[in-house]
Amino acid sequence: MKADPRGVLTGVHFIDGDHACCEGALAAGARFAAGYPITPSTEVVERFASRVPTVGGTFIQMEDELAASITLQGAVWGGAKAFTVTSGPGFSLMMEHIGYAAMTETPCVFVDVQRGGPSTGLPTLPAQADMMQARWGSHGDYEVIALCPNSPQECFDLTIKAFNLAEEFRVPVMFMMDEVVGHMTEKVVIPSADEIEVVPRRHTRAPVDQYLPYGTNGDLVPEMAHAGEGYKFHVTGLTHDERGYPNMTPQTQDKLVRRLQQKIRDGADRITILEEDSLNDAEVVVVSYGITSRVAQRAIDLAREQGLRVGKLRLITAWPFPDRQISELAERVKAFVVPELNLGQMVREVARAVNGKARTFSVPHAGGSVHHPEEILRVIVEASR
Amino acid sequence: MSDLVNPVEQFLRTDRMPHIWCPGCGIGTTVNCFARALIESKIDLDSLALVSGIGCTGRVAGYVKLDSFHTTHGRAIPFATGLKLANPKLNVVVYSGDGDLSAIGGNHLIHAARRNIDLKVICVNNLIYAMTGGQTAPTTPDHAITSTSPYGTCEPAFNLPHLVEAAGAVYVARWTTFHVRQLARSIAEAFRKKGFSFIEVISPCPTLYQRRNKLGDGLETMQYYKEKSKVKHGAPTSEVGLTMTGEIIVGKFVDRDRPDYQTMLRTQLAASLGERFVEQTETVCS
Amino acid sequence: MERCKACGFCVEFCPTKVLALSSAFNSKGYHPPHVVNPEKCSGCDLCGMYCPDFAIHGHKAAQSSTKEVSDES
Repeated sequence: MKADPRGVLTGVHFIDGDHACCEGALAAGARFAAGYPITPSTEVVERFASRVPTVGGTFIQMEDELAASITLQGAVWGGAKAFTVTSGPGFSLMMEHIGYAAMTETPCVFVDVQRGGPSTGLPTLPAQADMMQARWGSHGDYEVIALCPNSPQECFDLTIKAFNLAEEFRVPVMFMMDEVVGHMTEKVVIPSADEIEVVPRRHTRAPVDQYLPYGTNGDLVPEMAHAGEGYKFHVTGLTHDERGYPNMTPQTQDKLVRRLQQKIRDGADRITILEEDSLNDAEVVVVSYGITSRVAQRAIDLAREQGLRVGKLRLITAWPFPDRQISELAERVKAFVVPELNLGQMVREVARAVNGKARTFSVPHAGGSVHHPEEILRVIVEASR
Repeated sequence: MSDLVNPVEQFLRTDRMPHIWCPGCGIGTTVNCFARALIESKIDLDSLALVSGIGCTGRVAGYVKLDSFHTTHGRAIPFATGLKLANPKLNVVVYSGDGDLSAIGGNHLIHAARRNIDLKVICVNNLIYAMTGGQTAPTTPDHAITSTSPYGTCEPAFNLPHLVEAAGAVYVARWTTFHVRQLARSIAEAFRKKGFSFIEVISPCPTLYQRRNKLGDGLETMQYYKEKSKVKHGAPTSEVGLTMTGEIIVGKFVDRDRPDYQTMLRTQLAASLGERFVEQTETVCS
Repeated sequence: MERCKACGFCVEFCPTKVLALSSAFNSKGYHPPHVVNPEKCSGCDLCGMYCPDFAIHGHKAAQSSTKEVSDES
């Protein structure tokens, strides 16, 4: 369905990624946010606090991230599209509730504007070192979706995509920005509402006495109901059966967590978004995401000027990881070069998917600034030998 | 309504009976009182949502036939806040235990009271972390034996009515599981109240707290409640602290009025924004 | 009957002492209460309100002057 025009700030804007993310959320239909201030993410909710009362919704600043990350889920079950925004230390605090969202299949968006870590780290400077945490940060077996924008425009467009995927798959979606993308100011074009597709809540149409909160009818994603509609359903973080009742047996556990995993893996083709360039004749492929992809582009251009056959694969969807695409590429390229603002996180996934069929080179960076294109170029040259 | 059926049955997920609570545990008793309050208040059950945390009392959510949410340890109150803010028409009850609400959940307890979020909080206080085997809670009386204080606790216990009153709650009452009629009445009163309402119910944990401290079984504990409780409506909450075998002051301690969070928010936004203020619509996410 | 765990609350707090724990066993090995003074039951249902196991409640029998206590199974 089309976006609600009340939330769409149609026009050409000159805003930073944080602000664009807020507008994306509003355009996607988000009418609730619970937040807690943390640099460099705070502007997202500051803008939301200012905008949402003029659109029709609620913002509340909670007392900590533990609260914010569950308050938004209460709002989802109360009928809203909701999200929260944070950075490293807050992301860590939110992990239990990301797991709760995955377990209860609560559609929502968690924005992480990554900064230097670990611990308090570098509050005002970039890193991309929460990528593994986005996938594995909570305990237990579960799958999430993670998207990585590399510009303020993408902070707008992909936030809408994040909400849409959350609703389609009833899963928490991690929106992995970084401090540079969040604080860089660029042109952002917001189209008219009728040009924006939003996915509505997957609401059940079953009569009250037939509704199974976690029943699936062959489709792996159950239909949802909201509190106050007469369904009188139960939601729990305990391992549960199709009625939503706790059922703590190995059989129920197996069925449940496999379905939680399968619904994402089966949907990979609808979830995976990649930007590809010159892969057909590439010998070396640079795999990157977020702000690093823009630095990498410069390195790729320089390498091509030198006559090297370098392709680009940008991870817009980082999780689920595009195993298939990387594996297929590995059949015919010599090497992968993976620059990241961390000491080597997504490169491990690349190497795993490559499975020895080609070489994999990491271009790590501890964070605090972006790579110099030369750093990446040097490794591309080495990989081409 | 048929007299032949126990009035609590209509609120129970009978397909989940029997429940997991021990013989002599008082949680089930509080559920009866809750059921009575629902009947007496004639509350539309479709508009009622119940949120619990983790612990023995937290299991109440799974046994009641309502829109119920069994959330994470200590976070029932913020979850309930989100529910209420997204759909102000809901009547939101938080039903959880003393450890869940005042230890790990303590921060959320005081902030929700400060904000005066329109929630009805039923805190079943059995003075212990029961579900996990009887560890010390912030409400465990001094010198009690628990599994994590095998030589006796040396911490003063929280006086919960005092804490929530200081934080800003508009309705504060305490009863024990002996005071079934008064408890039902208090819960019904809380339903009529707008704002953060807190009802503490002192309840036996015969398997862990009472047993380890040689205080008898459930029945003997109830007899202690009957004998040593004193009803003092309006008592200063600073004076209602509990000890292991001493007097238990019960009653309605606080019943005051101040605008609830959503009323204040709306008023403020409307005043600041004037015509630009847009009310949150009902179906916020179609 | 089957839900009863013989905690004794109903027996103790019935204002007119209608109940006593029986010597019978339920399937869980507890002695559930039984009515010993049926004529004294006023239908106040305090037993029902106290019972933590939802195993009993008291009601006035319809069309009869006898008040009785019924056990849930």
